[in-house]
Amino acid sequence: MEKAEKKEYSPAVIGWFLCVVGFVGALFVGWVIFPALLYSSMEQPFPFNHKAHTENAGMGCDECHVFKQDGFFTGIPKLARCMDCHESLQGKSEAEKKFQAYGQKLMEEGKEIPWLVYSKQPDCVYFSHAAHVKMGQQKCETCHGPIGTSEQPRVYKKNRITGYSIDIWGRRISGIKFNTWDRMKMDDCGECHDKNKTSNACFVCHK
Amino acid sequence: MNETQFRLKYGMVIDLDKCVGCGACMVACQSENNLYVRLDESDKLRSTTWMRLYRINNGEKFPEAKFSFFPRPCMQCGHHTPCVSVCPATATTVDEEGGIVSQIYTRCIGCRYCVAACPYHVRYFNWWDPVFPEGMEKSLSPDVSPRMRGVVEKCTFCHHRLMKAKQKAAMEKRRDLKENEYITACTQACPTGAITFGDLNNPEHQVAKLAARPDAFRLLERLGTEPKVYYLTKHDWIRKLADNYLPEEDFRNVKKQKH
Ligand code: HEC
Ligand code: HEC
Ligand code: HEC
Ligand code: HEC
Ligand code: HEC
Repeated sequence: MEKAEKKEYSPAVIGWFLCVVGFVGALFVGWVIFPALLYSSMEQPFPFNHKAHTENAGMGCDECHVFKQDGFFTGIPKLARCMDCHESLQGKSEAEKKFQAYGQKLMEEGKEIPWLVYSKQPDCVYFSHAAHVKMGQQKCETCHGPIGTSEQPRVYKKNRITGYSIDIWGRRISGIKFNTWDRMKMDDCGECHDKNKTSNACFVCHK
Repeated sequence: MNETQFRLKYGMVIDLDKCVGCGACMVACQSENNLYVRLDESDKLRSTTWMRLYRINNGEKFPEAKFSFFPRPCMQCGHHTPCVSVCPATATTVDEEGGIVSQIYTRCIGCRYCVAACPYHVRYFNWWDPVFPEGMEKSLSPDVSPRMRGVVEKCTFCHHRLMKAKQKAAMEKRRDLKENEYITACTQACPTGAITFGDLNNPEHQVAKLAARPDAFRLLERLGTEPKVYYLTKHDWIRKLADNYLPEEDFRNVKKQKH
């Protein structure tokens, strides 16, 4: 009898225990399971190596990410630009040979590489690289992070509900931001505009 | 007038005596701004026309009968802007850059207060999702976001053209735009040059000179909304139609009220 009595915990202990389990469980669901469900992971069509071009081959960003004279930013280069150089092999790496075969096949089919754009904003947003890079003297890294020197593209995460990239909402589900490029929601644009005393009128960023 | 003052004030002058009513401004506006086309565009109760060409007459019988055409974009009111003051969602504001009245479609909740408040009927509500005739989606402009069902839209003085002009200027490390670097689609399309566009604050600009002419007037001027669209005409009967004058009232002697 005595032994059995000892095993009974007081309701307060059980209550606290359930509370902690519930709290940890809820955190686990909210911080681990929910983001995993909310975002689908996608690979880039080809693992492009920025470092091989920028640091090793010494190319500048503007050799591929070109501004036109009227300020239009061409964004990710077309396949034809890659093949300018990779028509013939530039080095001895396996990766390049693989790319050459891949690129030539697409060229014959008349297709482009379907790159996924991490920073793609919703359709209602107007953004101008010329205003930021040419006029505002902002660095690419401030908004994009160290993509220009990376060897491997990141996994692209797409919000299953909105269809937007995780880079817009923020790479942490909690919304905590350590770097300027962790998040690019409206308030993040606005925060830097405030700092630079640039206009925050609605029609500046919307169209 | 205690109109909110900005450094730039984009405005328009429309010379009614030069307008031949061809409708090129309407067509240019529709294709520039991704307006959808209804099956029956002649039904003006339902069609959406940011730039609307009205036909006005003096109501007399032959031989006194006269008529004229009257293009009507958004007036971009600078004072007590009626649509802005009633909007419960801050979806529309008078922007500090040039005083253009913005409309953020994703923010609009579709209450249509602004449609009711606007004295010029420039605002349109989307009762349906836009349906573009087959193949026309391909000709849509990526510079202007298309509108969905349930939001209000209106003329924006082709604001995207302002942003494009500024982007080009940024490449040349300029902040200030030259005259005519930014003009609206209707201004560009008008074959008789009846529409002039520019900065009303800049006395060098043609538009400011025209707006200062004695025969320049604005629609419903006595409301005190300070529209940025001026009209020119030498015809008194048109001037009389532009505001609610009493029959015996002479529009020349009517002083503007202070608001
Ligand atoms: C050889 C051409 C080339 C050069 C040089 C180059 N890039 Fe790229 N860049 C690409 C391609 C191709 C992609 C698309 C694949 C990807 O996202 O990794 C890309 C993607 C990017 C992206 C991702 C955009 C997005 O949101 O998806 C950023 C940011 C970027 N580059 C920055 C830079 C910077 C900064 C430099 C200079 C240090 C640079 N790039 C040099 C070809 C190049
Ligand atoms: C200006 C010429 C030039 C252009 C344009 C260019 N590349 Fe390269 N690429 C090089 C050079 C140089 C190397 C380095 C070869 C080496 O050292 O192995 C390289 C290497 C590579 C490699 C192998 C990287 C590795 O992991 O070793 C790949 C893959 C590649 N490029 C893809 C691309 C793609 C995709 C584009 C178009 C966006 C492109 N390149 C555009 C010059 C160019
Ligand atoms: C002020 C922040 C900012 C800076 C600085 C910046 N970008 Fe971007 N970038 C963006 C945003 C926002 C987008 C998404 C634009 C959109 O979706 O309309 C973008 C998109 C891109 C894309 C993809 C475009 C596409 O759709 O094909 C590339 C590539 C890119 N940026 C490269 C660069 C490079 C290279 C630099 C430096 C010269 C740079 N960016 C500087 C914010 C920035
Ligand atoms: C790191 C700081 C920074 C961030 C982040 C940033 N901007 Fe900017 N932006 C600027 C600066 C600085 C200027 C002013 C450039 C100048 O005219 O000197 C500017 C100007 C602009 C302009 C042009 C305004 C004009 O009047 O010509 C637009 C449009 C714009 N930003 C949109 C955006 C959007 C949309 C985002 C978010 C996706 C964003 N910006 C994020 C710094 C930033
Ligand atoms: C500095 C740039 C900037 C300014 C100024 C700005 N926005 Fe935004 N806005 C954005 C960006 C970037 C997004 C998309 C990212 C997001 O959802 O936060 C956005 C998204 C939105 C959305 C959500 C749309 C959607 O599809 O998710 C609404 C609504 C909106 N903005 C309204 C406004 C209104 C109203 C104003 C003026 C008071 C305004 N914005 C001013 C940059 C801006």
